[in-house]
Amino acid sequence: MCFGLFLVGLYGVITRRNLVKIAVSLSIMEISTFLFFALVGYIDKGVAPIVNPADPDKIYVDPLPQALVLTAIVIGLATTSLLMAVIIRLYRKYKTFDIREIKELRG
Amino acid sequence: MIFGRFFRDFNKYFASCVLLFLVVLSFYSLINLNGGLSLYKVGGWQPVNKIPIGIYMMMDGFNSLIVCIINLVGFLAVFYSISYIKRYTAENYFYALFCLLIGGMNGVVLSGDLFNIFVFLEISVISSYALVAFGVEKNELEASFKYQVLGGLASFLILFGIGFIYWKTKTLNIADIRAAFSNGYDKKYYLFVQLLILSGFGLKAAIIPFHAWLPDAHSSAPSPISAMLSGVFIKAVGIYVIIRLFFNMFVISEEMAILITTLGTLSMVIGVFLAIGQWDIKRLLAYHSISQMGYVVMSVGIGMILVSRGLKPEVASLAITGGIYHLINHAAFKGLLFLNAGAIEYTLGTRNLKEMGGLAKVMPVTSATSFIASMSISGIPPFNGFFSKLIIIIAAVMARFYLLAALAVIVSIITLASFLKFQRYAFYNKPANPERPEVKEVPFPMVFSMIVLSILCLLLSLLVIPSVREAVLAPAVDILTDPLKYSTFILGQ
Repeated sequence: MCFGLFLVGLYGVITRRNLVKIAVSLSIMEISTFLFFALVGYIDKGVAPIVNPADPDKIYVDPLPQALVLTAIVIGLATTSLLMAVIIRLYRKYKTFDIREIKELRG
Repeated sequence: MIFGRFFRDFNKYFASCVLLFLVVLSFYSLINLNGGLSLYKVGGWQPVNKIPIGIYMMMDGFNSLIVCIINLVGFLAVFYSISYIKRYTAENYFYALFCLLIGGMNGVVLSGDLFNIFVFLEISVISSYALVAFGVEKNELEASFKYQVLGGLASFLILFGIGFIYWKTKTLNIADIRAAFSNGYDKKYYLFVQLLILSGFGLKAAIIPFHAWLPDAHSSAPSPISAMLSGVFIKAVGIYVIIRLFFNMFVISEEMAILITTLGTLSMVIGVFLAIGQWDIKRLLAYHSISQMGYVVMSVGIGMILVSRGLKPEVASLAITGGIYHLINHAAFKGLLFLNAGAIEYTLGTRNLKEMGGLAKVMPVTSATSFIASMSISGIPPFNGFFSKLIIIIAAVMARFYLLAALAVIVSIITLASFLKFQRYAFYNKPANPERPEVKEVPFPMVFSMIVLSILCLLLSLLVIPSVREAVLAPAVDILTDPLKYSTFILGQ
């Protein structure tokens, strides 16, 4: 599932010509990574890891990947917003979102 | 930034002072460390049953060297930008982002925890995206966009790699992962993880199949930032992490070592051929960065092959010494070259080599320092570049990789040719347009930074003397070639 999402995102980054769509594809890839982390931490029939001393044989899911995903989501927010800011500035300069018309740098 | 509203010029002197303090601190720790290791547990989390649970910060012979060059080049670049950055608006933000960049890189280098490396990496990378786009003109924005898309891709690859490693080993501490991997592993899975990590950090380090973003980003950024990006950034977040993870975390397998050597050789050769056709000075320098990083990766890769085969340990350590030595030297001379390019751009307002000429008379300091830097990048004897390339070539010959040694010599000659072109067109030819306005030497802070770096270029060649080399480079090589030392030290605490 998350591998499929990753491929969808990668396909989008490679084939789309629109700046905003590239950004959206990047976000899809990002989310596939987060899903993967959630999957890594999941243990069959596990519950949320709030330790209850009265019931010692309960199975908990691994809490560490969840903390990691939270951190990664915050980082992802920062990168996406910066990317969007750059896209807005690019649009003001070129009056287009088409990547084929934005090619001053070559070689 | 708040103080900056009340006192003019507060921020730039504050940033310089902070970085000067960091330089002193890092050199103090380099001397004080004396080949040992030191460890800091963030938040004071003690290990439970010898399993580390907190975030660890590590300092050893290898990364204390890298920390020193980060802070030294960072200090000189920020001092240089006191006068350079006046032509942009929003100086306050520049210094804030710059300090964020330095902090992120120091964090990456000192961290002993895989996910912590990722977090610090993102901190420094985000500030570098913003700094590349600092001029907000067409070129800068386009370069920054390209850089962000490729950098984002690299981050997700790294994150996937971390996820896969965590899945199998249930730990994020580098030393602990090493211990888990040495208990046995699934070979295909292992190879897949290594490829993910290598391509992620290879994208950050701009090794040749992943190099597309580098020339644009480095040539569009303001010059002190190019000096930082090219001199330090690609090493700290790319090459350093690759070397650290492949020596101290994974058990080196022979096929990965051969792959890394091949990639290094490719980027060494292709980088220099792409560089020789450039007329924009900063693009030329950026392609040379790729090529010089190829030297480092190739040399370390030779060391890896020998370590994985378990033969000739002294040649392996010689190759790794050459790689690390070249890495340090490259920070000095490439930083200097970018600062020179910035000085030329500051006075003439152009980066095209064809529109320059005759600058040797009017800008004597820039001309002299850039001559030193060009000679040391192309490996002319009294300067530092010669000695590190010599060590790399000797190591390649002793390891019986004759083809690689020959390629290293040829690439060095082509580098010399392209820098002679740079010298001739920029400084010695007649001026391209005779009626250009009067130019004069750049202001004091820029001159100061360039002179310090050029003295450094000469001083670093002292590292080739065996006793000095034993004191400075040997601990770094030791920690890499002896795989158990790192993990047993951390797990023993």
